[in-house]
Amino acid sequence: MSRYLKVYAILLRNSLIRDMSFKANFLLWSVVEVLWFLGQALFVEVLFSHIDYIGDWNKWQVVALIGTHQVIAQLFQAVCYMNVTQLPELVRTGKLDVLLTLPIDPQFAVSTKQFGLDNLLNTGIGLAFVGYALHQLSIIPSPIQWGAYSACILLGASIHYSILFSLSTLCFWIIRAQGLVYGYFNLFNIGRYPDSVYTGAFRFVFSWIIPVILVANIPARILTQPSKAPSDILASLAALSFAAFVSLLGTRLLWKTALKRYASASS
Amino acid sequence: MIHSLYLKVFGVGLQDTFVYRWNFVLRSLFGIAPLFATVLVWKAVCEANGAVLDYSFATMVFYFVGVLIVENLASPTEDEWRIAAEIRDGHISALLLKPINYLLYRLTLFVSYRFLYTLLTLPVLGLILWLLREHLRWPTHPSTWLLFLLAVTGSALMQFLLAYSLAMLAFWFLEVSTLIFFLYSFEYFLSGHVFPLDLLPKTVQSVLQWAPFPYELYFPVQVLLERLSTSELLRGFSMQILWIFLMATLAHLLWKHGVRRYQAFGG
Repeated sequence: MSRYLKVYAILLRNSLIRDMSFKANFLLWSVVEVLWFLGQALFVEVLFSHIDYIGDWNKWQVVALIGTHQVIAQLFQAVCYMNVTQLPELVRTGKLDVLLTLPIDPQFAVSTKQFGLDNLLNTGIGLAFVGYALHQLSIIPSPIQWGAYSACILLGASIHYSILFSLSTLCFWIIRAQGLVYGYFNLFNIGRYPDSVYTGAFRFVFSWIIPVILVANIPARILTQPSKAPSDILASLAALSFAAFVSLLGTRLLWKTALKRYASASS
Repeated sequence: MIHSLYLKVFGVGLQDTFVYRWNFVLRSLFGIAPLFATVLVWKAVCEANGAVLDYSFATMVFYFVGVLIVENLASPTEDEWRIAAEIRDGHISALLLKPINYLLYRLTLFVSYRFLYTLLTLPVLGLILWLLREHLRWPTHPSTWLLFLLAVTGSALMQFLLAYSLAMLAFWFLEVSTLIFFLYSFEYFLSGHVFPLDLLPKTVQSVLQWAPFPYELYFPVQVLLERLSTSELLRGFSMQILWIFLMATLAHLLWKHGVRRYQAFGG
């Protein structure tokens, strides 16, 4: 374990040096991501200039929801996104070989090479939106709510990871799988909206088979509904933990199966 | 003679794109999920509020199906990345030596990509239309189809010229993807991709109508929905022609100056 921490510290240092040597590009990227987020906020603003409620969600609860989605997505993207999306290229060119020979778990090596500092900045912006929404709602969450919220952020980020990593792993079967990365963004588009709009089979599939709806909705509900009893909070936390555990396990199995049929590309 | 040359290019474009067929099909399949999420959000909104402005639920559904159709037909998917890569890696040297106009060459390839993409994803579009069949209100006037075709052609030319001009920046900068995403973050929200632009406040609309973005998606879809008066139609088409002219001039100038700087790295 301590060896992994040591390796990660070195990788982190390298990423920071890299980011700081291309400052202009780093700044422009941060701006691009801020713009995307502000675009979503604009959508909420436009929507709620015509209506008061979506299901049982009011405007500021929805702002807290998209803020929470931003926090989780950007946190995951800071740690893993760049690396996982490069997997198809590693497989296609055979560069994966080098990573497989390292005295470290290959899934760890593939997932953590580069850290995105710009994403961390955007995590902060997401948090600021959540804070402002809570202020507008005049809610001061209890320590229990904050604790559960933080746990949900980590569980949510691991579901993000599982879905993107599984999609990328399909490249062992389909070469030229760049289209699969769009699938990640398409799926999580669903998770930004209030859960009460979803019904029937759609709701079931995207809550319990591909659990994208749960990821931001559960923490946002925990934080913005002050009447929540501790037992309710515990129940939703358990549901999210279960979803995260199954996703991670499934991803690991898929990765192991994929590695078995990997026959390298070059050499 | 000239005709047969570009016809050959068209054929090469088809073959080249066909390699990516699974990519296209996967991409359009994944696109179904966010489309249905959008539809469900508006369903919840319209059920609670009747209609938003004069958009009934059915009109809203057809709006987003319209966006999908226009995007399939007119939005470049890979063109800007390929052009930028061709410049960066020095591959345009070979083309500079041939009696071929680079802009026309790229335009022909763009048309062949769009043609094949639309054709390959037709089953997916058919599936979507079938699933939403109860809500679709097809145009009542046959002439609408002709006007729609014109508006889509205008939109395709605008979007191609914009992508082409952005890619030309590769003559000056090593890394253009950040600049491309910077512009696209505006385009994504201001072209009508996320919500119909007439939901915006009137003052914002009056500024936005001078920008190119509304004429890329929003305008052609409004034509299809038969929501525009004759004077609005004339205005829209005039703006398309104006922007096509401006962008073509820009593209030409960037190419002229870019080629002068060009040093054929790696070529």
